[in-house]
Amino acid sequence: MELLVASAIGILTAAGIYLMLRLRTFPVILGISLLTYAVNVFLFASGRLTVGAPPVLRDDMTVYADPLPQALVLTAIVISFGMTAVVVMIGLGAFLGSNDDHVDDQPAGSEDRT
Amino acid sequence: MMHWIIAPVILPALLAPTVVLAARYHIGIQRVFSVVGVLALIAISIGLAWQTSDGTVMLYQLGDWAAPFGIVLVGDRLSTMMVLLTALLALCVLLYSIGSGWDNRGRHFHALFQFQLMGIMGAFLTGDLFNLFVFFEVLLIASYGLMIHAGGNDRLRAGVQYVLFNLIGSTLFLFALGSIYAETGTLNMADLANRVALIDPDETVGIRVAAVLLLLVFAIKAALVPLHFWLPSSYAEAPAPVAALFAIMTKVGAYAIIRVYTLVFPPEVEVTAGLHDTWLLPAALVSLALGMTGVLAARKLDRLVAFSVIGSMGMVMVAISLFTPEGIAAALYYIVHSTLAGAALFLISDLVRTGRGNLDLTAQPAMAGAALTAALFFAGAIAMAGLPPLSGFLGKLLVLDAAFGSDRMVWVWVIVLSSSLISILGFARAGSIVFWKAQSMPATEAEMTRPAALSYVAVGALLSLLIAHTVFAGQVHGYTTTMSQQLFAPQEYISTVVDTPGKLSTPKEGY
Repeated sequence: MELLVASAIGILTAAGIYLMLRLRTFPVILGISLLTYAVNVFLFASGRLTVGAPPVLRDDMTVYADPLPQALVLTAIVISFGMTAVVVMIGLGAFLGSNDDHVDDQPAGSEDRT
Repeated sequence: MMHWIIAPVILPALLAPTVVLAARYHIGIQRVFSVVGVLALIAISIGLAWQTSDGTVMLYQLGDWAAPFGIVLVGDRLSTMMVLLTALLALCVLLYSIGSGWDNRGRHFHALFQFQLMGIMGAFLTGDLFNLFVFFEVLLIASYGLMIHAGGNDRLRAGVQYVLFNLIGSTLFLFALGSIYAETGTLNMADLANRVALIDPDETVGIRVAAVLLLLVFAIKAALVPLHFWLPSSYAEAPAPVAALFAIMTKVGAYAIIRVYTLVFPPEVEVTAGLHDTWLLPAALVSLALGMTGVLAARKLDRLVAFSVIGSMGMVMVAISLFTPEGIAAALYYIVHSTLAGAALFLISDLVRTGRGNLDLTAQPAMAGAALTAALFFAGAIAMAGLPPLSGFLGKLLVLDAAFGSDRMVWVWVIVLSSSLISILGFARAGSIVFWKAQSMPATEAEMTRPAALSYVAVGALLSLLIAHTVFAGQVHGYTTTMSQQLFAPQEYISTVVDTPGKLSTPKEGY
């Protein structure tokens, strides 16, 4: 299971960074979404990986899942979801306004705006 | 337990929805609510600063849960001073945005403004790293809205870059928090300080990665080279009052670096040895040089001011990365100065924009209200470039003095002094093109708008704060010195946070 989780985080991060380095808004936003998925799984794993263990402490209990990372992940998911929606809206506005979806500044007077 | 310390967070958090829900279509009522709220914030933060000025550490346990389990707010000399600075800056910016009518060029300016204040205040007061992340998000979310306030294609494009860059920063922050939690099992700063000191010197890989990631995140906020690329276009394209308020946001990054790297990863901890002098100091020197060169190279006044903000952040970070009590004291003095001077310059560049319609650094006919605007620009430029008699000069002297005798003294002195010269040239060039060359141009018939009187009052208030910062430099520097002594002796902070009893510390029978 460690291998599965670790490679999932690694592949998501790698794909996310690759997409982020594209220069158009859509792939960059997709890349950031992948990266936030990666970080959510990573946060989840920061409380150690356990299977089928309850997240509540009781007496005579030896194996339990750490509940704090789950709460952290919940916060992170909400924030990243909202932020993705915001950046999609601003990106759409910028694209519709200037008919150009480059993320970087274009040199002044460039004709290629497709 | 004193409840006042949470007021700087609660008050804007309540005001913002009130403004949206109750006064949505009435700009007059919104303005009254906003100004009264900020005035109350100033009163509260003066009270808090007064309370902590004798060195007490104020602790507020939310829901009365004891420290490592519950969230705490902590006020010491440093955080209450930053809160006071934010409140004072907010009043000037708010007056300017009302005077210039910026707040009425789009919707919900005042609500977003209050949320922004809530995020900044919370970031200064919190004693918990994850809570710091949440408050960073609050201030960023509000800043996204403020950044694209009043719309326009250029502003939206700059807004996309700004949001994307900060989203990447937030993701990095989460990675850092995840690795810190995996290594130590806590995110409370005081508790972390105890546990990091206990880490076995042979097993420091995880915590070192976390420390570097955290530094990267704060460096993005503080716009340190090479992580500064988001700043020039977003600050230049943002509405001027918003850019002026953003002057405190770079300082949030600087504050977080000071707080975390004196408390959790102090210089004597071997885990992070070399981080400050090997990496932070060169990066800070490069940002200082690059920012001030940008001042000379800029073709528009707003870009010029944005680069001067990068340069002055570089100066702050040079002082911080010396990581001596003198260095931190100088950095704190300079932070106050650089916030006020940067905000004043952004507002002045908007006065120029109002007067002549654009900010290009080309000779154009004299603008409306040129005499007063020119005088204000002159004062602001002197402050930012660090010429006597204003506080920029004193701050720079303090930084140079703090670097005296350190290993990198030659580098620091050479770069600080030469970049000052370059920035003086840059500001002199900009000022003479905009204000002097205008005298030789034939006057046009075009109608020009004169900035409102309230705008001048707001800029004047910022400049008089700067003058007060200069006149009372001895007292202020004395206070920042006690502040840095408190930062370098964190035992009281840690014991106040960790040892104060709360709900969990006295378990009852059958609990």
